Amino acid sequence: MFSNILIYFVVIPVIMLAGLALCRNIKQIRAVAVTGSLALTALSIYLLVDYLGLRAAGHTEQMLFTGAWDWFKPLHIQLAVGVDGISVAMLILSSIILLTGSFASWKINPLPKEFFLWLILLSTGVFGFFISIDLFTMFMFYEVALIPMYLLIGVWGSGNKNYSAMKLTLMLMGGSAFLMLGLIGIYYHSSANPETLTWNLLEISQNGAISKGWQYFLFPMTFVGFGVLGAMFPFHTWSPDGHASAPTAVSMLHAGVLMKLGGYGCFRVAIYLMPEAANDLAWIFLILTGISVVYGAFSACVQTDLKYINAYSSVSHCGLVLFAILMLNTTAMTGAIMQMLSHGLMTALFFALIGMIYGRTHTRDITKMGGLMKIMPFLAVCYVIAGMASLGLPGLSGFVAEMTIFVGSFEHADMFHRVFTIVACCSIVITAVYILRVVGKLLLGPVQDEHHLKLTDAEWWERTATVTLIISVAAIGCFPNFFADLIRWTFSSDIFSVIGMN
Amino acid sequence: MEATIPVLILAIPLFMFLFLGLLGKFMSHKMAGILGTAGMGVTLLLAYFTAYVYFFSGTPEFVDAAGNRLQFVVFNVDWLQFYENLVIRLGFLLDPISAMMLVVITTISFMVHLYSNGYMRDHHGVYEHGFQRIYAFLALFSFSMLGLVVATNIFQMYIFWELVGASSYLLIGFYYVKPSAVSASKKAFIVTRFADLGFLIGILILSYYTGTFSFTDLTSVNVATDTFAVNLGTADHIKNIFANSAVPVFMGGSVLTWALVLIFMGGMGKSAMLPLHIWLPDAMEGPTPVSALIHAATMVVAGVYLVARLFPLYLMETTALEIITVVGAVTALYAAMVACTQLDIKRVLAFSTISQIAFMMVSLGVARPEFHEGLGYMASMFHLFTHAMFKALLFLCAGAIIHAVGSNDYTSMHGLRKHMPVTHITFLIGCLAIAGIIPFSGFFSKDEILSSCLGHGWVPYVWMSFVAGLTAFYMFRLYFLIFWWKEHKVPQGHHQPHDQAWPMTVPLVILAAITCVAGFIPFGKLVSWDGVSYDFMAHFDWSVASVSLLVAVVAILIAMKMYMKENPLPEKMRNALPALWTWCYHRFYWDELYMFITHKIIFNGICRPIAWFDRHIIDGTMDGFAYVTNKASYAIRGLQSGKIQMYVWVYLIGVLLLGLVTAICLL
Repeated sequence: MFSNILIYFVVIPVIMLAGLALCRNIKQIRAVAVTGSLALTALSIYLLVDYLGLRAAGHTEQMLFTGAWDWFKPLHIQLAVGVDGISVAMLILSSIILLTGSFASWKINPLPKEFFLWLILLSTGVFGFFISIDLFTMFMFYEVALIPMYLLIGVWGSGNKNYSAMKLTLMLMGGSAFLMLGLIGIYYHSSANPETLTWNLLEISQNGAISKGWQYFLFPMTFVGFGVLGAMFPFHTWSPDGHASAPTAVSMLHAGVLMKLGGYGCFRVAIYLMPEAANDLAWIFLILTGISVVYGAFSACVQTDLKYINAYSSVSHCGLVLFAILMLNTTAMTGAIMQMLSHGLMTALFFALIGMIYGRTHTRDITKMGGLMKIMPFLAVCYVIAGMASLGLPGLSGFVAEMTIFVGSFEHADMFHRVFTIVACCSIVITAVYILRVVGKLLLGPVQDEHHLKLTDAEWWERTATVTLIISVAAIGCFPNFFADLIRWTFSSDIFSVIGMN
Repeated sequence: MEATIPVLILAIPLFMFLFLGLLGKFMSHKMAGILGTAGMGVTLLLAYFTAYVYFFSGTPEFVDAAGNRLQFVVFNVDWLQFYENLVIRLGFLLDPISAMMLVVITTISFMVHLYSNGYMRDHHGVYEHGFQRIYAFLALFSFSMLGLVVATNIFQMYIFWELVGASSYLLIGFYYVKPSAVSASKKAFIVTRFADLGFLIGILILSYYTGTFSFTDLTSVNVATDTFAVNLGTADHIKNIFANSAVPVFMGGSVLTWALVLIFMGGMGKSAMLPLHIWLPDAMEGPTPVSALIHAATMVVAGVYLVARLFPLYLMETTALEIITVVGAVTALYAAMVACTQLDIKRVLAFSTISQIAFMMVSLGVARPEFHEGLGYMASMFHLFTHAMFKALLFLCAGAIIHAVGSNDYTSMHGLRKHMPVTHITFLIGCLAIAGIIPFSGFFSKDEILSSCLGHGWVPYVWMSFVAGLTAFYMFRLYFLIFWWKEHKVPQGHHQPHDQAWPMTVPLVILAAITCVAGFIPFGKLVSWDGVSYDFMAHFDWSVASVSLLVAVVAILIAMKMYMKENPLPEKMRNALPALWTWCYHRFYWDELYMFITHKIIFNGICRPIAWFDRHIIDGTMDGFAYVTNKASYAIRGLQSGKIQMYVWVYLIGVLLLGLVTAICLL
């Protein structure tokens, strides 16, 4: 079992949890958090190299590094792991965000130990989710990632935190209920022979035993279940409140990684296992996600709280992810995964910066701040870069992801898809409006509050966090083909031949 | 041709951007200025060398046996793959217009780099705050603009198009503490972004049907066999694809036309054509050298360049060209009328830029291979070249004047000719060129444009000649008001205005010299739409030339009469036509219209209701669920009271009811 590299994505966080439990002061806590997340980052990069090596050596299986160990035999529950390019990309994303999140919570107060314990537990869930290919363990890790959120927001949050924590948890749990129902349904139709039912994704898709009628029922269940976490209209309202109340690192992990669980799940479970229903029912969700894209962007234009602006911008960008997944062709789906990476990194960067600014000015209201460029140039420049990434400046990650999505979506020649693609394209203009509005009000212009004049610029740990994220964003933006190739491989397999894709 | 030099042309400015951007604050202001200027100087030399080799070396890769110029892709690397054939590549395409643009961009950029050394200081030689920053941004802009003109495919062009927009945003907002500069930069970005949406959709349509982004595939021009047509194979192929597609006609226009018009919309944004022109006058909030580089000479002609780049495609469906002509003609007249009334020296120049770019657009719009071998295309590129030089000259002169006087407003200038002789002479040369006086460069290029308009019909010719007259009038109005009108009065506590230090004066002299001689460049031999070189002087129409010369001279005389000496005539004119004057002065209220649309309709009419809807309806529903659940549990919690008597009562009633039901059923 421990010969499989993937297991260590769960083992390391568990060791970190044990290490944290032994810590006595903030320095030790920081040491454990940073060492652990560095180890995870190193591991994910090693995995990437190894993965590419195996692919180059001609391994053409759907998933590599697979392994399965029985967990509960009577129900065929296994701890089954395996990764393809998409999971590898997601693992890298998660480890980078955990690393930068640890730096961003350098001075977390109060109860630093407990904070990191819950944060690492959350990450355990995230990593476990991305390596699992067994639906049951996948769901378990999914829940492990969601529950700590309640405490993290409820205890370390700000503002109306009890309400937000409750709302977020309840809404996501509501999604989970749908999801559980869907997953159990999939299990009972996973194989034609009742003796060989399975939770294993690969086996289910090979069996192809889910009848079309059941797909029509199970696809919406799973898609909505994961879609809630992906902030799909109209189930997105947990996002603004939740993000606004969450502490910095939690916002980063939540918007950066957890929302990606939604998109990943939609693809990996809903579409991967039920392509026929996906093909037939995509239009319903295309309408919803198409609305998400422009609706989120328009809403972001009038918000005055920095975190609300970003939360609505996440609704818009994550809407684009689901929108592109539903286009069901290689290019658009590649773009969707790139958008997940891109949005994860840049939104983490945004939330990190907002946290840093908030830690100094003690307000997130853009009408009460101004001219921060003069006071804290480093943070301000980073904010501008994050904004540029968000509005799709070439050379940063947003551009390549969006363009891949648009080119892919445009492949559908019928009027319905065309109209929605063009509607989605309009978001690039609206995004520019709200990003530049914030930049103009917050960073440029004269200094609004003279108390801000004595504030200081970023400390070294803050610089580490932001620079790491900016480099990652620029790496995707400058060398997109590397990431696109990594991701595209999955879609070029014959799994989607059912619906005449490719 | 080896790829080394072309790579360096792009790499040096990019490196300078990163270098000055990251390390600029660790070096002295002077050092940063010298390094930035030197970097651009090297780029200039390399670009000149490349253009020289392309035009004059006669290597078979650049020119075929018959002497026709060819397109040559120096390098082309995959950047992002969508499909097997549909790949975004980053490359370097050499052809007549890209080689010409290399020269234009590096020349102006170098002049501006040099000039900024002097301009970005105050009278005591103290460097402005953010001096390193402006060099970093200028380098970024030069990189993006060079990348744009050498693009091998339309998507590369779009990438650099966006980068150019972003660097323009950064440079307009250079004085970021000033609210007006911040809002101007925001406006510029958003307006051009809106236009780019059209560009993007146009690219999507075009690439969807043709399956390629590459310029050489889309527009390859055959120069070997049939001289005056697009490569027949390519043209027929592309036309057939569109004609045989599922929906060949959409809302009354062919899909190809739609694609071309949408792409032109991107050009309208960058080139400030009506109605997307509103950002350019505001963009003058940036430092004057920036205005000279970006908002007069290079970036704003990107739209013209885009149309020229895709010209063979536009020829396939001339509807789009007709639209371009109309948009250009209306814009030219509009901007010229507005320019006659503005008080801010930079705004006059801004509107004059809009008007002159519209000349180039019209010229492209009326260009047809049937008429004088596509004279309009050549004229447009020629005018682009000459205009870049003299408009940059005018802007840099304006910068010198503003620097000397400390204000943008005419009314604080007047009578500067004695104080600033070099600036005076160079400005006059610029004015003569733009007015189209022989032998300055503008005369030749504008004359070609008018000739090709005449080739298209009387209406565009008369229209554009009238605009040319207006141009001469408002430019000389500007000239006389700055340098004549009345004696200069120095406000209390100010220095006497004087010519500026050499970094600012040398570029003026060089650009003025170019303006004097550029008209004699045999442009037709170098640039033509299909690469066939010809002698445009053979088509030189002296009747057109003398008429336009006459118009210009008359206009100048009127301006002289009105503005050379202080007199009440301008006041009288204004009072005679008050409505016209007010509308022109307020730029026909376009800004107010946009304010209304963006604030009242989009912001208050769409964004706010959506945000309200989200909070109160969508979120309210979710809260409603929670509320109902909550209330329901409160309501039924009385049942679990813990009182044993009550449980017994409920039990008994239950038994009774059950018994009753059973009894009824049994009976």
